[in-house]
Amino acid sequence: MSNKQWFLKGMRAGVPICLGYFAVSIALGITAKGAGITALQAAITSLLINASAGEYAGFSLIAVGASYVEVLLMEAVANARYLLMSASLSQKLNPKTKLWQRLLLGFTVTDEIFGASISIDGYLSPCFTYGAFVVATAGWTSGTFIGAVLGDVLPLRLMSALAVGLYGMFISVFIPEAKKNKIVAALVAISFAASFAFEKLPFVRDISSGIRVIILTVVISLVAAIFFPVKEASENDT
Amino acid sequence: MTHNIFIYIACMAGVTFLIRVLPLTLIRKEIKNKTVRSFLYYVPYVTLAVMTFPAILSATQSPIAAAVALIAAIALAYFGRGLFFVAVSACVIVFVLELFTNPPLFIVNMFSASICF
Repeated sequence: MSNKQWFLKGMRAGVPICLGYFAVSIALGITAKGAGITALQAAITSLLINASAGEYAGFSLIAVGASYVEVLLMEAVANARYLLMSASLSQKLNPKTKLWQRLLLGFTVTDEIFGASISIDGYLSPCFTYGAFVVATAGWTSGTFIGAVLGDVLPLRLMSALAVGLYGMFISVFIPEAKKNKIVAALVAISFAASFAFEKLPFVRDISSGIRVIILTVVISLVAAIFFPVKEASENDT
Repeated sequence: MTHNIFIYIACMAGVTFLIRVLPLTLIRKEIKNKTVRSFLYYVPYVTLAVMTFPAILSATQSPIAAAVALIAAIALAYFGRGLFFVAVSACVIVFVLELFTNPPLFIVNMFSASICF
């Protein structure tokens, strides 16, 4: 496929992400307004950062006039999972991919864009990711702006429907792989159970969701990698 | 001490950008180590699964609608439907089910009016 075709395919994948982002980021805009940030500033933040947990954390620190160092540390913790995603994505790229492409691709990494990019068979064409990002970030940035200006504009039932689409997208990424690979299927079940346990059990439920995702991802993936290393044959087709 | 909002935004954007680009720019080659390769192969599926459940249940007004959407999305993805179709189906399922679990006011009114007759 040509770069243009990849870009268009990416844009299509970006549509449900855009709608979900629009719904979710309205709440983010409302938070920003509460923190004394103008709609334009909030939209710029969303355009540059594209990370819901990171932006919420940042806005709440700004609201209380925290120091710049606190903001730096908080962002590093809230967004640390992107380190793992970016490392994983590095193995989806043709090793010849140029530095500027890697910088641009890195900028676009969000949970959803990463999920869509991983769903591509073989080497990832960065153009696919750019296409998805352009459409998705339009929803994210405009939703933040509208939330900050107008508050709750979407009816609740529309918000829930659009928000669930983002999870539908995640599901469409891990289920096909789980169907092909029994170990991935088992890992998905274990991840569901462990994540549920971390939300409910005393002590561990106090861990923030960002940290929880990192801990569970590292532990489960590492144990699986040690006990069930991927065979050479299936490595070649990824 | 007053803080400048744009310096705040620059701090947030700078750290987030670094986190996102460092692995992609530092790991330029195919990793040969089998354990690391396997780890990075499992990471996406584990992390997306961890983020999906149980978070999906609190993303909607009605957890039941979300649970049905979860099961339906798993089934649709299992039977080979693509990302776009699965995501949109999940939205439609929640929207329709919430018409019953959290009915709009005019339907509630119609229902109670018909009972009066």
